[in-house]
Amino acid sequence: MRAMSSSSQRPAPLIAVHDLCKSFPGVRALHNVQFALDAGEVHALMGENGAGKSTLMKILAGVYQKDGGVIRLDGQPVDIQGPAHAQALGIGIIHQELHLMPHLTAAQNIFLGREPRKWGGTLLDEHALQAQTQALFAQLRLSLAPNERIADMTVARQQMVEIAKALSHRSRVLIMDEPTAALNNAEIDELFRIIRQLRVDGVGVVYISHKMDEIQRIADRITVMRDGAYIDTVPATTPMNRVISMMVGRTLENHEKTIPDTRSAPVVLDAKGLCRGRAIRDVSFSVRRGEIVGLAGLMGAGRTEVARAIFGADPLERGEIWVHGQRVRVRSPRDAVAAGIGYLSEDRKHFGLATGMDVAANITLPSLRRWLRWGIFLDQGRIRQIAQKMVETLRIKTPSLTQTARLLSGGNQQKVVIAKWLVQDCDILIFDEPTRGIDVGAKAEIYRLLNTLASEGKAIVVISSELPEVLLLSHRILVMCEGRITGEVAGGVATQECLMHWATQREAVTAHAHVHVHVHAVAPNATAPR
Amino acid sequence: MSSKSESLNATAANAPHVLLRLLQGQAKQKLLAFASLIALVVVFSVLKPDAFFTADNIIGILQSTTVIGVLAIASTFIIITSGIDLSVGVLMTFCAVMGGVFMVNLGWSLLPGVMGAVLVGALCGCASGLAITRLRVPPFIATLGMMMLLKGASLIITQTRPIYFSDVAGFDQIALGTLLGDVIPALPIPNGVLVMFGVAVVCAIVLNKTALGRYTFALGSNEEAVRLSGVAVNRWKVIIYAFSGGICGIAGVLIASRLNSAQPALGQGYELDAIAAVVIGGTSLSGGVGTILGTVIGAFIMSVLINGLRIMSVAQEWQMVLTGLIIILAVYTDNLRRQKD
Repeated sequence: MRAMSSSSQRPAPLIAVHDLCKSFPGVRALHNVQFALDAGEVHALMGENGAGKSTLMKILAGVYQKDGGVIRLDGQPVDIQGPAHAQALGIGIIHQELHLMPHLTAAQNIFLGREPRKWGGTLLDEHALQAQTQALFAQLRLSLAPNERIADMTVARQQMVEIAKALSHRSRVLIMDEPTAALNNAEIDELFRIIRQLRVDGVGVVYISHKMDEIQRIADRITVMRDGAYIDTVPATTPMNRVISMMVGRTLENHEKTIPDTRSAPVVLDAKGLCRGRAIRDVSFSVRRGEIVGLAGLMGAGRTEVARAIFGADPLERGEIWVHGQRVRVRSPRDAVAAGIGYLSEDRKHFGLATGMDVAANITLPSLRRWLRWGIFLDQGRIRQIAQKMVETLRIKTPSLTQTARLLSGGNQQKVVIAKWLVQDCDILIFDEPTRGIDVGAKAEIYRLLNTLASEGKAIVVISSELPEVLLLSHRILVMCEGRITGEVAGGVATQECLMHWATQREAVTAHAHVHVHVHAVAPNATAPR
Repeated sequence: MSSKSESLNATAANAPHVLLRLLQGQAKQKLLAFASLIALVVVFSVLKPDAFFTADNIIGILQSTTVIGVLAIASTFIIITSGIDLSVGVLMTFCAVMGGVFMVNLGWSLLPGVMGAVLVGALCGCASGLAITRLRVPPFIATLGMMMLLKGASLIITQTRPIYFSDVAGFDQIALGTLLGDVIPALPIPNGVLVMFGVAVVCAIVLNKTALGRYTFALGSNEEAVRLSGVAVNRWKVIIYAFSGGICGIAGVLIASRLNSAQPALGQGYELDAIAAVVIGGTSLSGGVGTILGTVIGAFIMSVLINGLRIMSVAQEWQMVLTGLIIILAVYTDNLRRQKD
């Protein structure tokens, strides 16, 4: 409501939403959200992963339909029917993943579907296409060649093409979702120059980003969202600490979490100096027996990349992986499995399950060799036996062992994936977003299961974008940002604020030093021995 | 997806459940395919009672299904992995030619000659598999290349002339003899047909009861998930292509035995008939789904259709048109069923 009072002082915002609601099956994505964007304003939208920023923007861009609430454009209520309608209303969106055809030129991409024609519409008018694109680039003062193929451009230049494309629709509202994710500093400067120019031209820009320094540089106002709800709208000059505490808000009910003292337990997994391009930059950490290490960070921070690299799913450029004090060469998932590493992907359907196969077949897939008679024939009896045991231990809800995995609920699918690795008896388990797309009840069960596994002596790495989850589960937390580990803290003393601080820290060195001191002041033994 | 017998065992205590299961999913597809086959037979029998439903004609149908049937079984494995093998027809011919080289030119005796021909098939399949996994050539292209290569090789080796097996004692009996007829004179079924059914039974066991079969389905269901389960995906793929190639070798022996010669120019086009039979039998070209029984039924539907239309004096051009329509219709009904599930 505060947004309304503050925005009502301004004369008719360019676009405003009141009490916007949106639900997906089982999830309330947006609940009474307020947002107002003025002409000539750069308005930052902030919040944790899953706060509802993207849903809100997709409703404005016509990708989703709202369930309730009002959207006003120039003070007039509008009902945005679909992406084409949003475009016609002058709302343009630049998605995080660029939507360009790599084999077409910049000009062809910009005018895709509305190419200038000649000869009564029978032939494409290449000349007009060039000229119009050139004019567009000139207007934005972009030094791009209309004829250059997208595939030959840097990501930054591709993004400029996206901006030009959005503006060619005479957009007055431009939504940018994490536009700097793949840009270097010089490219960011160029992007900001264009944004400032758009501001002068009266375009309203919604700027979604996690990067505090950028927002302070470019934004006029900040709206913070959390858990699908509107929190507040504040000037961009507001101290970032306050913005962060607005973002994380909810204080987690402090569970009677007991963190076992694993400091003297043997190191099971030791990653040393892992490197690959920009994705993984000199990542080193170790996990002890019985320890749950949380890997926190924002999307794209490199956590999944690290996990996949340790598991041999993607190659490493440099670095060593040691298991039980022995260096292991992990060139494929097969090597990793042989070394006792199991990986549960964030994307069960694509990387975790053979969705068309039944529960028993999935559970025994990594360990199939052990369930063969004479090395050839499936021992159906023992396969059923072990699968049945897993179904009972993990309480997988399935009508039968021959149920197709696709037909199970998300939580039960996840349990099937966990069962795969338990049967294989891995010492090291890497869980990548173990509770994504799982309902609350099943989440609690997965949490319990992870704790049990740790107490049984497994070394566990948990990747999660939900800070409360990381805090709840982890005995020790590593935070990543832009491919680096930017912070480390013991689970008992970590707060969402300090994790968020590290997760948005682009310069690793200073942040590490600064917050480390702070944590030590709170609890001298906070950081686990390395 | 897992073995049918497993699902049957699991519910064996409850007979109505078995019936229910039979009416669902894959079993239903097989019933549907089987019903279409029966319907075709009934229609042709009614239309041409004196020519179609006679012992001679039925044995003719069985005989003409053997080679395509065996090739279709070979293709079933590849298609379940969501791959494709365009070389099966020409590979069959190449194996027949190599069998000729072994037995006629080199004078090997029957058993080593036949085994050699089958081994050649497995090696060629292995080569396709290596091209697909090591060189990362898509299956369509790798096997297209293999098809052209083998066709050329067959013609080079034979100098474009057929190799006749007249001097190899008992070779023609492999397909044309009637072992069963000798025991039960009322059933003069050619050995080739028995070989096809034998191959079908063995392959059904391999597909449903062995690790190779399990990985065949797993690869077609979600190859990346299988790789991330630590399975040696590439090695298994090569093994599957080699296994399939070996079965093409059996088809090569069958056709050479039936013609009592290796015809180097034969074979092209058979791969498409085989794929058609597989698809009519309910195996999905997108992988992960399929049965040997379905493929055998699919092969029979094709040959009953062609035989029946010929008996009805439908011109060959129109036979092709109708066959094409039937294939599209079969997959369309399969899609309808899948959407409902």
